[in-house]
Amino acid sequence: MAAVNTHAEADSAIATPRRKILSGPLGAALILLPPALVLFTLFVIYPLAGSGLYAFYDWNGYGTPTDFVGFENFERMMGHSAFQQSVVNSLQVIAVSLIVQLPLALLLALLIYRRTPENTAFRLIFFLPYILAEIAAGLIWSFIMDGNFGVVADITRALGVDPYFITSDRSWAFTAVLVVIVWKYFGFHMMIYIAALQGVPKDMIEAARIEGASRLGVIRHVQIPMIKPAIIVSVFFSVIGALQVFDVVIPLTNGGPANSSHTIVTYLYTFGLARLKIGYGSAIGVVLFIAAVLVAVFYQRLFMRKPA
Amino acid sequence: MKVLLGAAALCAFAALGAHAETSVKILRPESNSPGLKQFWTDVIAEYEAANPEVDVEIEYFASEAYKTKLPTMLQSDARPDLIYSWAGLTLADQAEAGLVQDISGALDKEYLDSFSPSALAAFSKDSAIYGLPMEARVVVFFANQSLTDKAGVDLAAIKTWDDFLAAVGKLKEAGITPLVAGGKDKWPLHFYYSYLALREGGPEGIAAAMEDGGDGFRSAPFISAGERFKQLIDMDPFQPGVLSTAQEQSNTMFADNKAAFMLMGDWAYSQTIGVEQGKLLDGSLRIMPFPSLGEGKGDPAATLGGVNGFAVTTGAPPEAIDFLKFAINAEHQREGARRALYVPVMQGAGDAIEVPFTKEVNAMLEAAPSHQIFLDQFLGASVGGTINDISSDLVSGDVTPEDAAERIQEAWDFR
Repeated sequence: MAAVNTHAEADSAIATPRRKILSGPLGAALILLPPALVLFTLFVIYPLAGSGLYAFYDWNGYGTPTDFVGFENFERMMGHSAFQQSVVNSLQVIAVSLIVQLPLALLLALLIYRRTPENTAFRLIFFLPYILAEIAAGLIWSFIMDGNFGVVADITRALGVDPYFITSDRSWAFTAVLVVIVWKYFGFHMMIYIAALQGVPKDMIEAARIEGASRLGVIRHVQIPMIKPAIIVSVFFSVIGALQVFDVVIPLTNGGPANSSHTIVTYLYTFGLARLKIGYGSAIGVVLFIAAVLVAVFYQRLFMRKPA
Repeated sequence: MKVLLGAAALCAFAALGAHAETSVKILRPESNSPGLKQFWTDVIAEYEAANPEVDVEIEYFASEAYKTKLPTMLQSDARPDLIYSWAGLTLADQAEAGLVQDISGALDKEYLDSFSPSALAAFSKDSAIYGLPMEARVVVFFANQSLTDKAGVDLAAIKTWDDFLAAVGKLKEAGITPLVAGGKDKWPLHFYYSYLALREGGPEGIAAAMEDGGDGFRSAPFISAGERFKQLIDMDPFQPGVLSTAQEQSNTMFADNKAAFMLMGDWAYSQTIGVEQGKLLDGSLRIMPFPSLGEGKGDPAATLGGVNGFAVTTGAPPEAIDFLKFAINAEHQREGARRALYVPVMQGAGDAIEVPFTKEVNAMLEAAPSHQIFLDQFLGASVGGTINDISSDLVSGDVTPEDAAERIQEAWDFR
């Protein structure tokens, strides 16, 4: 701080007082903060406060909310089986992301992180699903899984069994969604790991090899510890992303059958927005927001602290 | 050549737009009927030619997006002047919030009298009129006679629900899929539930359920509607994977001779499966009214469907009302009927219908003692959505008829 002050004082000797204000740290704040602050307030704080308020009203979106219902929206939500299912489903997305998606991404990253032409080709192939728009991916998979004319239909026909409709089967519809989610996003995490793996110093790996470490040993004791920061970030992305899954589900199952494949966000959309229960939808939004903030804060506290 | 014409038309529009002083904005849901879009283009061009000072714009939104965005749009500066409406509680909510205006002062008695009273009633409350109906929609059984003949089912002999169940049984035995439906969208399944409730208790039964006090939707008509629907579902009558079939897919499947019946709104004829008129299913397409439930129940001639039209938003200029009256005048009602776009709501305009299918639907509507608006629209977005939910849950076996009725009542209490 002292250094900055000296600098400002030195400046003032040659500059006008106005320039002095604008060139100091305060000036930087005055110039750089308002645009971000205004946008953040307008598009984050203001709607958030609005939702927080609407959550306590029974409101259909027309006129101003007048029917204050206290915590009734929250009580209904907690008692609604479709909401409970949607929470379970969102937790399943988190679990599958952590247990299946990230290890898969890491495995592939370890296989193809070296810079060779073949690896570049594979990287592109694995990354393609992530580039695809979610809606398109959902639609494509809904065709693949169609029991009448999809790939599934070809398989059942070849095996000579009855057509099977995975997305209309209560017990398997969400599994289908999970498959698509893993397929859609593993490429993204793989890229994070590849970038990190390429940053691991080669001489370290060589040293480990010379010391007699096996391939697995190198991975376990050198590479994974070295890319730990990348893994921490990718876990964070995948948990927050899992809480937000929406656009894959809508074209694939539309939350059905019997509202068994909703995530928290598609539940919010279906029961809050599409049915014009804006108060109810806001209450769901508030719960989701609190969950996301808790995850973010605890995760940062536990894992993303800078080493002391 | 088409491109040139299009460009010329665009220039003409642009030129008109430049001189226009008032603009009228119409917002309606997307339609997959090219005929309907052409109709609007024609009507607007005609109006603008006669009223060069008015610029009429029509915008289409995807159906679901239309419904969810409308509340916000109506309360913003981007408010359209005329909005497509399915009437029912949604329109009542909009009226209560003061977002649509009473236009009764701008309409003379002679004009109002030209409408079918029940259609006009859908857009009125007491003496106020919030918009004008344009088209009637009727839900009917589309039947494929070549398939029913194959199974030895006599379509004309199906009068009661039991007859219908027997026909479904026969079709199953013959290895023909009896029914096709787009269960992924849920609302095609609610047609069964709504029609059964209507046949059970008549429109009075539905009105009574909406009254305070009494059993509400837990009342007998709704529970037995669920029970009868369950009877049908237990026969496994739908195509495999019914709950993952989208509505458009089911229309195509029906047109492709994949099932004997499809319960669907008449619009499916012109919009999705309406290939060249008369050639559909090689001429074996028949219409069957929803069967009756026998003596002592609701009138079997009553129809379920829609009365759709346009509401006039608050603050819309008088030109908007003028244009609406122009778009819905006797001549255009007849023109729309002639092009088989819809069943008109003005008395006598039905005579202009040329397509046999639409003619038959119109006759059914004219003979109906009452026309019930789709329950998923009539009861508003939230309760309507619940009815769609329970209809699909009944098909998947996730809910009992009693619980289904209970869930509707719950949604109604919390609407």
